[in-house]
Amino acid sequence: MTRIALAQCAPALGAFKRNIAMHQEWIARAKAERAELIVFPELSLTGYYVKDLAGELACAADDARLQPIADASRDLDVCAGFVERGRDARLHIAQGYWSRGKLVHVHRKVYLPTYGIFDDGRYFGPGDRFEVFQSVAGPAGIAICEDLWHVSVPYLYGATGATIVLSPADSPGRGVAEGGDLGTAESCRLMDRFYAQYLTMYIVFVNRVGHEDGIAFWGGSEVVAPDGSVVARAPDFEETLLMAEVDTDLVARERDRNPLIRDERTDLVVAQLERARGMMPKD
Amino acid sequence: MTVSERIGSIRPDPKDPAPLRIDEALVRRMLVAFVREESAKSGHKRVVLGLSGGIDSAAVAALAAEAMGPKNVTALFMPYRSSSRESAEHARLVAKTFGLALEEIDITPQVDAYFARAGDIDRVRRGNKMARERKSIEYDRSWPDGLVLGTSNKTELLLGYGTRYGDMACDLNPVGDLYKSQLRELAVLVGVPDVVIRKPPTADLWVGQTDESELGFTYADADLILYHLVDRRLRPETLVAAGFDAKLVHGLRERMRKSHYKRVMPLIAKVSLRTIGHDFLYPRDWEAD
Repeated sequence: MTRIALAQCAPALGAFKRNIAMHQEWIARAKAERAELIVFPELSLTGYYVKDLAGELACAADDARLQPIADASRDLDVCAGFVERGRDARLHIAQGYWSRGKLVHVHRKVYLPTYGIFDDGRYFGPGDRFEVFQSVAGPAGIAICEDLWHVSVPYLYGATGATIVLSPADSPGRGVAEGGDLGTAESCRLMDRFYAQYLTMYIVFVNRVGHEDGIAFWGGSEVVAPDGSVVARAPDFEETLLMAEVDTDLVARERDRNPLIRDERTDLVVAQLERARGMMPKD
Repeated sequence: MTVSERIGSIRPDPKDPAPLRIDEALVRRMLVAFVREESAKSGHKRVVLGLSGGIDSAAVAALAAEAMGPKNVTALFMPYRSSSRESAEHARLVAKTFGLALEEIDITPQVDAYFARAGDIDRVRRGNKMARERKSIEYDRSWPDGLVLGTSNKTELLLGYGTRYGDMACDLNPVGDLYKSQLRELAVLVGVPDVVIRKPPTADLWVGQTDESELGFTYADADLILYHLVDRRLRPETLVAAGFDAKLVHGLRERMRKSHYKRVMPLIAKVSLRTIGHDFLYPRDWEAD
């Protein structure tokens, strides 16, 4: 059993130092709750709609401004979002994973939504890979917000060894007229449950709350287990430190009962994609 | 030296205002075409503007007359009883220079009627009220076929030095991307009278007011710093390291941050699937087939 904390917080837009202090406070609270890992939402150190502030908020992965987060990860692992300036000076929406005082993994958001209310592609360059790394809750992959909406992403993580997907998000709430819940909330819950159950893995969805420029982030963070059960869910629109237990034994039991991942023919997937892309002319 | 002849990289230097230089003739062509085409696209035949007697509105008046023809420019001078006599003289001189028929509308009766009931209010509120009163008249006079031209320059807009829905309000602003000192260069080229160009800038909202004494710095200093911060995207620390005044650099940056709400459209709370301003985005120049 691994005890994890989901920080459903409301970062200050463009105020890096204030957000560092906010992270330290939430990390201390998670520590008091005996968490072994705390996951913050997408761009938790900067806010989401940073627009032209992106460049000045950006940090290289080894930037001294991130040291307070590294320091805070001595007692429990920390997964937090920042604007990364690559060595080639490109900007990325990044999510770091710090453990025992060190940054051990960075995922760069691959799918940058640039439509509707989103403009990621105007300000950021895309990441180019989905890497599984060792987290305190088992082999993990990070899917930042839109990444999770692409079916291939949780699939690739599941197919390459992850048993848990951490999905930090800045999901704006919208669609009140369609009856009942927010349209986006419905979609996210459906995704979380489907991916968790059919890839037999944990989905940890951490969404922020608060407003930016008239847009409300709806929260509703949740952990869904490989059997499709919702382990914990935070309320909509309220700041919440949500605690949940991740049971690695449950992954094993579910995969024994329902060995979809074991039987998955990734070689066929690769071959079919290559044929479709004209890379394997001969059958 | 024209801009195209510049050789070498542009460096931030408090003693070098050269990067602010514009090709006035080119800018004039662009702005005249802007006023002409953008008013026509929304089906308007006239433009309306307030002449204050100052350099910015004078330059806009010149552009408007050139773009629309003087007959299609409604120029209004709207003094309050505390407005200086100089402002009136200069507004008339500007109108005459560009062949405009100047309409004079004294806002004293309507503004004083409000002030009489509002009780003891400070001069900033009084100034804001006057600016909005003037704008309400410009919009009234724009009916049914005119557009209101804005005269706020880039320096004022970036500093938030203006009244929301007052002098900042307009349908088209030809000069909002020119710093005060650039607009002065343009004013010389388009023939704004020398006496208007040389007098200290003032909003003339109370007796003895000047922009630079109220702001606490000169436009020349502010423009160069804003240019490097905004147009060249340099960081405040870089400018300070290059010898610019640290207090002024950080002060300007903070003014920009604090006033940003004044430069954007009102926020609409997004709740539906498609929201005006967020993801209901059509071009303003949406033309009929």
